[in-house]
Amino acid sequence: MSINLSKLTVRSVRDGIAAKEFSAREVAQVSLDHIAATEDALHAFNQVTPELALEAADAIDAKVAAGEDLPPLAGVPTAFKDNMNLVGTRTTCSSKILSNYESVYDCTAVRRMLDAGAIPVGKCNMDEFAFGSSTENSATGPSHNPWDLDCVPGGSSGGSAVAVSAAQAVLSLGSDTGGSIRQPGALTGTVALKPTYGRVSRYGCVAFGSSLDQIGPFARTVEDAAFALSAMSGKDPMDATSMNEPVPDYVAAVTNARANGMKGLRVGIVRDMLDMDGLHTRIKGMTEEVVGTFARLGATVGEVNLPTSQHALAAYYIIGPAEASSNLARFDAVRYGVRAPEAEDVMDLYMRSRAEGFGPESIRRIMLGTYALSAGYYDAYYGQAQRARTLIIREFAEAFADYDILVTPTSPEPAFKIGEKAADPLTMYLNDIFTIPVNLAGNCAISVPMGKAKGLPVGVQLIANHFAEETLLGAAAMLEREIRFDSTPPFVR
Amino acid sequence: MSISEEQVRHVAMLARLGLSDDQIASLGQELNTILGHIDQIQKLDLEGVETTAHPLDVVNSMRADEIRPGLLREDALKNAPERQDNAFLIPRIVGGDDAS
Repeated sequence: MSINLSKLTVRSVRDGIAAKEFSAREVAQVSLDHIAATEDALHAFNQVTPELALEAADAIDAKVAAGEDLPPLAGVPTAFKDNMNLVGTRTTCSSKILSNYESVYDCTAVRRMLDAGAIPVGKCNMDEFAFGSSTENSATGPSHNPWDLDCVPGGSSGGSAVAVSAAQAVLSLGSDTGGSIRQPGALTGTVALKPTYGRVSRYGCVAFGSSLDQIGPFARTVEDAAFALSAMSGKDPMDATSMNEPVPDYVAAVTNARANGMKGLRVGIVRDMLDMDGLHTRIKGMTEEVVGTFARLGATVGEVNLPTSQHALAAYYIIGPAEASSNLARFDAVRYGVRAPEAEDVMDLYMRSRAEGFGPESIRRIMLGTYALSAGYYDAYYGQAQRARTLIIREFAEAFADYDILVTPTSPEPAFKIGEKAADPLTMYLNDIFTIPVNLAGNCAISVPMGKAKGLPVGVQLIANHFAEETLLGAAAMLEREIRFDSTPPFVR
Repeated sequence: MSISEEQVRHVAMLARLGLSDDQIASLGQELNTILGHIDQIQKLDLEGVETTAHPLDVVNSMRADEIRPGLLREDALKNAPERQDNAFLIPRIVGGDDAS
């Protein structure tokens, strides 16, 4: 039985193993072999974990041999962003300062995926501490987009996006603080979901912006993303911000939407975001076509404006760095981390270890956040951003009184060349103008491939209200079926 | 608002970043570019709008005050850059010749 990695889905892996068409070990080995053959070109991984993968695969095969029921993600090769702890791996955040850090506990989301039968194939490259939109800010070097190896895959969860796009894994997890799942999803032609803030536990994922961060999946199909979300969701006593909301069957939500269609669904295109400067014209047109598709499928469509979201980028580049500068204070080279040699005293130890251990973008964000929180500037920056956040949340709430799904592009442009934006941090930040407001408001959103511009994949972002992931995934699944995007890049064929 | 080189040095000290003169100079320029964009937020009329620190309407999340397993000492020390017995080892903070 030959296994075509780029066509595997969660369902086909589990069913194939259950029917003994192939074993979990065979799937894991094919995945590991493909990773070995492609990593020189892609650099999706900071660490590949064949021992963990084969051990987990053997456990699945033992269940098959014993005639036991298989868990929902049985045998599914899965990759994890390198800011998520897993015992038996290093968790480096693609940073020099954590380059030798060995996990001593498991991230809850990772643990839940593995408990659901997922096979851990490795830890994925990322922008250092998730600061970036290209995965170029990595101490281990950039990842490459499988659609064009000279291009970035987006970021910060770029390695996780590449792993799924290039069929190195069937699923991967990323984290999204301002677009770090959705934007690389768009740039690599993958389905990329940021759940509602509080839907998935953040425990064990190295914190960037604690009021913004959320873990979510990359997949090649909406149904696969639903499988991952079902496995990960729910209250975790280890994360006080994980919410005690019921966890519906998200896979059933996809199935039901396909059976019932879009009748009654209210879809609003966010007009003022579509009129923003810098949006690629082809992407703008395709986004409008998506709304037309929803109308054709029976949805009621209209337009909405989110005026304060024009200021979301500014608010985010205060709130995000402010929270990051606090979170990164823990990297003091005392309990863990690479320590600068021969420090004269403790202050010298902190100052040199941090300056030598953090890369340029991390230093920039720490500086920005520390400045925004410092005496004399706190209210003008942090206070003002928090008040803007209130208005952004209010405008989303008002929009969701009239609409179930809001539509924007995911990213203003397709993948750009490695190095193209590296010299200009602000231009890089602008890549997240459509995704950032959603993190500030805490809503759920998904990027679905909607076609190509300049020969490269582009994504549409669907946004839904807090804990409305069933509606979100249902709408995404319907759109996916209409668009029929071929998610396999030429590199893999 | 723009940030002066002296302020950049002060903020670097607050953030415990021992930056070189070159880094201070280039960071000053970069931060001013970014702040130039961020300053648009000052134009928003937010008089009387309350602040939001957290996107969901939740208050304290409580649990029973019960003993439960935590990190084992060996695990907690596993990544220590330097250790001595069961402690993290750091340079002397008080006493000696340290003037700070």
